[in-house]
Amino acid sequence: MTEPIKITPPLTDATVEKLRAGDKVLITGVLYTARDAAHKRLIELLDRGGKLPFEIKGQIIYYVGPTPERPGQVIGSAGPTTSGRMDAYTPRLIELGLKGMVGKGARSKEVLEAVRKHKSVYMAAVGGAAALIARSIRKAEIIAYEDLGPEAIRRLEVVDFPAIVVNDVHGGDLFAEGVARYRRQP
Amino acid sequence: MRKVSVKDITKAVRGLCISAACDLEPDVVSAIRAAKAKEESPLGAEVLGQIVENFEIAAHEGLPMCQDTGISVFFLEVGRQVELDGSLRDAVNEGVRQGYKDGYMRKSVCHPLKRTNTGDNTPAIIHTEIVEGDGIRIKIAPKGAGSENMSRLKMLKPAEGVEGIKDFVVETVTVAGGNPCPPIVVGVGVGGSFEKSAILAKKALLRPLGTPNEDRDLSALEAELLDRINRLGIGPMGFGGTTTALAVHIEAYPCHIASLPVAVNIQCHADRHKEVTI
Repeated sequence: MTEPIKITPPLTDATVEKLRAGDKVLITGVLYTARDAAHKRLIELLDRGGKLPFEIKGQIIYYVGPTPERPGQVIGSAGPTTSGRMDAYTPRLIELGLKGMVGKGARSKEVLEAVRKHKSVYMAAVGGAAALIARSIRKAEIIAYEDLGPEAIRRLEVVDFPAIVVNDVHGGDLFAEGVARYRRQP
Repeated sequence: MRKVSVKDITKAVRGLCISAACDLEPDVVSAIRAAKAKEESPLGAEVLGQIVENFEIAAHEGLPMCQDTGISVFFLEVGRQVELDGSLRDAVNEGVRQGYKDGYMRKSVCHPLKRTNTGDNTPAIIHTEIVEGDGIRIKIAPKGAGSENMSRLKMLKPAEGVEGIKDFVVETVTVAGGNPCPPIVVGVGVGGSFEKSAILAKKALLRPLGTPNEDRDLSALEAELLDRINRLGIGPMGFGGTTTALAVHIEAYPCHIASLPVAVNIQCHADRHKEVTI
């Protein structure tokens, strides 16, 4: 296996262009969390002409709703949720400069078009590996929508957070390529 | 009659909720390890390695293996000679309330339209059967949404027959792709009525992993479907590979002469289930 590529947000067009479907990456720096309910509020906020609760340009959103932390823990278990539920909201955020997303599962055509057009990247973390992934999260702070509980927007500081590039700006798609490689005729 | 206190049921349910979230059963652990040894894709094998490492950390440190600690689904078998001193439903829900709070687990249950969180992971989904004897068997299967959302049900025409069943199962797994966190377990309910087929599919998931159905026709169908599914190439997390499913379990029940219901309930690799008898 090839060595992982280390990236740190804010991501530039040049960094995103280097990433190819199937590349392993290690993210160090800031990730923002958001799921369905938070995305809905962000889009409603934009519709009203409001300002997002964080600067989105160059940033990465991690689709996660962690378990509550125990005393002494930074965060509870924190694996990725299914990204497709955010598809309806994502192209708008990519247009505003969102450079990366981490989740699991496939994205819509509209999201993939936005990824190519505005130079962004969709990455997956291993679903269910929530206790393992939490080890790379060093700091977690709620910055918006605290009333949403696990769905609140958090600012995470991570070190060597493991992810795999699924959809790149060049049209690469790990899901399609993986299935084509390992599909066997019945 | 044997008197059973509902307080003992609450206590048992609390414990089951926590242990199910943190401690994967040995049948699932060995199936994932065996899959890792056989996986042909290097990336797929690496993903299975992370999954193994994760459930080891979870069990060792008493942490939920997945942040989606699920909606709590119970199958209760209550002996007809049991006399309870209170509400069974209330006792189970109180156990869920305590377990999800004390175990630092995510509360993932909300109003279906308003989407407001109930705050304590209740109400649980409780299926109760009256059986012979004087004991209460409590089975819990907390269910995450990633895999549950990829489950499907179809009322086939009887003319579609066994081929129709096979195609619907394979199509369901294909459409699901990487979403339900493969390697998955595929529970299939065939026959009965609309709701019966769905409950059969869920019950099929509770069978010890890889134990074939005692009916030879059904066990042959399970083996054939597992082979077809693992030829799809979806692989661990959908990244491509030869391990898409760990097992296919089918349960069947007689149905109306004009019907052929088929339900497919998909379970992620964090195949959490526990049981206790009081």
